[in-house]
Amino acid sequence: MVPNPLRSLSLAVGLLSAVACARSTSNSSGDGASPRGDMSTRAPSPDPRVGLRAGKMDAQEAIWNLRVVSKTPPAPQFVDVTNSDLAFTGNYAIQGNYNGWQVWDISNPRQPSLKTAYVCPASQSDVSVYQNLLFVSGENLAARLDCGEQGVQDTVSTDRLRGIRIFDITDIANPKNVGNVQTCRGSHTHTVLVDPKDKENVYVYISGSSQVRPVGELADCISAPQDPNSALFRIEVIKVPLANPERAAIVSSPRIFQGLVRPPEHGEAPEDIAAAEKEVAEAKAAGRFTATVQGKEQVVPDEFSGPMLDSLVQARGGTGAPTAADSATLRQTLPSIVEAMEKAHQAQMPDSNAGPTQCHDITIYPAMGLAGGACGGYGLLLDIRNPTQPTRIGAVSDSNFSYWHSATFNNDATKILFSDEWGGGGQPKCRATDKPEWGANAIFTLQNRKEMKFQSYYKMPAAQTQEENCVAHNGSLIPIPGRDVMVQAWYQGGISVFDWTDARNPREIAFFDRGPVDSTRMGNGGSWSVYWYNGVMVSSEISRGLDIFELVPSGFISQNEIDAAKSVKLDYLNTQGQPKFVWPKSYSLARAYVDQLERSKALDAGRITEIRATLARAEKGSAAETRDALTELVARLEGDVSGAEDSAKVRMLAGVVRNLGEETKFASRR
Amino acid sequence: MTPYPSRRSAVALLALCAMAACSSSTGGPVAASPQPDPGGGPAAAARARADSARYPYTDADVRFMSAMIGHHSQALVMAAWAPDNGANSSVRTLAERIINGQQDEIVTMQHWLRDRGKPVPQPSRTGMTTHGSHHPMPMPGMLTEDQLRQLRQARGGEFDRLFLTSMIEHHRGAVSMVKELFGTPGAARDETVFKFANDISVDQSTEVARMERMLATLPSAEPSQ
Repeated sequence: MVPNPLRSLSLAVGLLSAVACARSTSNSSGDGASPRGDMSTRAPSPDPRVGLRAGKMDAQEAIWNLRVVSKTPPAPQFVDVTNSDLAFTGNYAIQGNYNGWQVWDISNPRQPSLKTAYVCPASQSDVSVYQNLLFVSGENLAARLDCGEQGVQDTVSTDRLRGIRIFDITDIANPKNVGNVQTCRGSHTHTVLVDPKDKENVYVYISGSSQVRPVGELADCISAPQDPNSALFRIEVIKVPLANPERAAIVSSPRIFQGLVRPPEHGEAPEDIAAAEKEVAEAKAAGRFTATVQGKEQVVPDEFSGPMLDSLVQARGGTGAPTAADSATLRQTLPSIVEAMEKAHQAQMPDSNAGPTQCHDITIYPAMGLAGGACGGYGLLLDIRNPTQPTRIGAVSDSNFSYWHSATFNNDATKILFSDEWGGGGQPKCRATDKPEWGANAIFTLQNRKEMKFQSYYKMPAAQTQEENCVAHNGSLIPIPGRDVMVQAWYQGGISVFDWTDARNPREIAFFDRGPVDSTRMGNGGSWSVYWYNGVMVSSEISRGLDIFELVPSGFISQNEIDAAKSVKLDYLNTQGQPKFVWPKSYSLARAYVDQLERSKALDAGRITEIRATLARAEKGSAAETRDALTELVARLEGDVSGAEDSAKVRMLAGVVRNLGEETKFASRR
Repeated sequence: MTPYPSRRSAVALLALCAMAACSSSTGGPVAASPQPDPGGGPAAAARARADSARYPYTDADVRFMSAMIGHHSQALVMAAWAPDNGANSSVRTLAERIINGQQDEIVTMQHWLRDRGKPVPQPSRTGMTTHGSHHPMPMPGMLTEDQLRQLRQARGGEFDRLFLTSMIEHHRGAVSMVKELFGTPGAARDETVFKFANDISVDQSTEVARMERMLATLPSAEPSQ
């Protein structure tokens, strides 16, 4: 039953969204720095990153809670050419460059040594590894199949490479180009997917964001958006037979945007959201009507609800003011009315091919069967359990976001972070005048594998100059157990380590920054990506080379937490193929949890001291003493669980201690 | 607000453009420019050399970077009216983003041209570009003087609708200029030009989608032509 006054559905929707818009003014009042709860630790003030002296190789630096392990300039063939993304295998870091790629031996991170400098121009030379194979992206118009440096002049040419190059790096000093896969829009980025069920193949998702190449150059590359076979509105999936990589080919082109309608958008800064929530709560308390429009609960304006109530009075043949029963009826029917209005409204929107035309990057999390796609104006959640047919299971949009760049899951996949590369990475978007929610990360909680709910923004907080390109860019998790900590590159904004365990209140806990490359104008430089790999953070500096950092203990991170993070060893790493961290049982791991319980005051100081003493006794004692100490500790901790502030973490600690004890039992039996 | 008629009009404008001012960009490969004129000083010339070292820029690249300054400056003029003309808050925010984004991009284009010793256009304060002559150069998606005046005079909801429809066309025009550039033999091989043109294309396409959604949710949205 739809009351009469809703004849003009679109008008009503318009009214509601006008109300929504009126509320969306964001009064950006700085960084809202509210140091909460963190005992003795405060960010350095004034921020030492502000006002650093410029210089290419001799810029002034600011560093906090990190240590520079090494700074290595690029190989001669790559000087003054853009360094790009990183991949890791064994003791090697592979660094993409618009002129090819470099292999660094980082077994001694204080002194990385150049193993291979492979000249093969292409942008962006995004790199990934799997076993003996290296994958490199090519997108620009000048890249050649034969890796030649002379470029390609013709608009249609069989010499051009836009897509993926595949190298056999069995002998990493002598790589061999064993295959190439050409795609319609080239490969801006790519993601290697290892299907746990498929040992014979590996899959590569290609994200291409450039122009569609002419049909004459590559068949079936249709650029017309209206064409059902358009090369837009899709990604490509390449299947690479590990035994025959030369047979790598596109096996599907999933149209993951099909049917995408505008997802709920919050669009405001956290203060605005809080204010809106308060307004709704007050309106409800005052008996006014609310409705969920575009995923957001909003107050229904009286000029909308009034006529509806009047029509209800008319419908029952009554006169005069609406009664409480009329209000109840409206309250009951309002959701279905709004839903009908939204549906009618969506039907008016252009249907097919109305979504984004491409993704910028896709981060897969195979252990969870999920992927996060940063695609045009959307953040997508994909189910990738069938590698060749990824399907969309969720979508978010955000009016503070310009161009969705990449995604990172937390280790439990209960959160997902999307970044916005506002300005494409070449513009200075971290000036004091640039809003903190523009060119930032947006953090969402993730429930039931599909529901993404916005929580907060995080942006590197130090104001940069007009001469420093700065915006959210590539980063990775740091495997600190029991917490969500990430290190991230911000181009010339440096690198920022932040904790997003509390999704509503992410905070910076370490940083490194240099002054601008050039004091007079925007130079080419800054950290393209920084990733944690086996104990260190490796940063690809666009013009300055390869930087390696270490965490140092601070009020935010203890030595035990760092040791536990370092205990996680990977054989290889492609950050966009996110690995699930598993911590080997160790005393450091147990002590890391104890430190966290102390920091959060979940257990009282006396208990913390006792637990530490028992762990020390267990570690140093004989096998029998160890066993007894650990058994006793498990029993005590199980007792602590119910009374503790953070019972989950106490349980995690008990689990580690139990594992340590079992190891002792096992060892003593041998 | 169906996209196709407007796309046709962009194509028509492009054709016009090809016949008039841009005629030299069609028909056969464009010769690479000679070594950069060191007018910007030795440091600037060195930067330009490094940037264009392998793949020399072409006349088409120079024309694109010059023309886009004019194109962007009209967007700045349009966006600057939003606060005074009673735009709603989401249109004002959008306008603020456009100003922030395109102002920075103008600086990038000016640097690129200066480093190569080319004439550096200044953003036009009227929103009309003369491109070295007294006749406005037609560029895809740009508003005529009449259309600009209409927008200047619009208020409130009328401004919002007119602003969004015009800016959608304006952005589509920029995207089609990128497409034209990429279709020109030898063009967009220079790294900065390729990346910059690509960024304009993806950013403005994304913003077009956003504006279409905004337009569809404007109060009493009548189909506008």
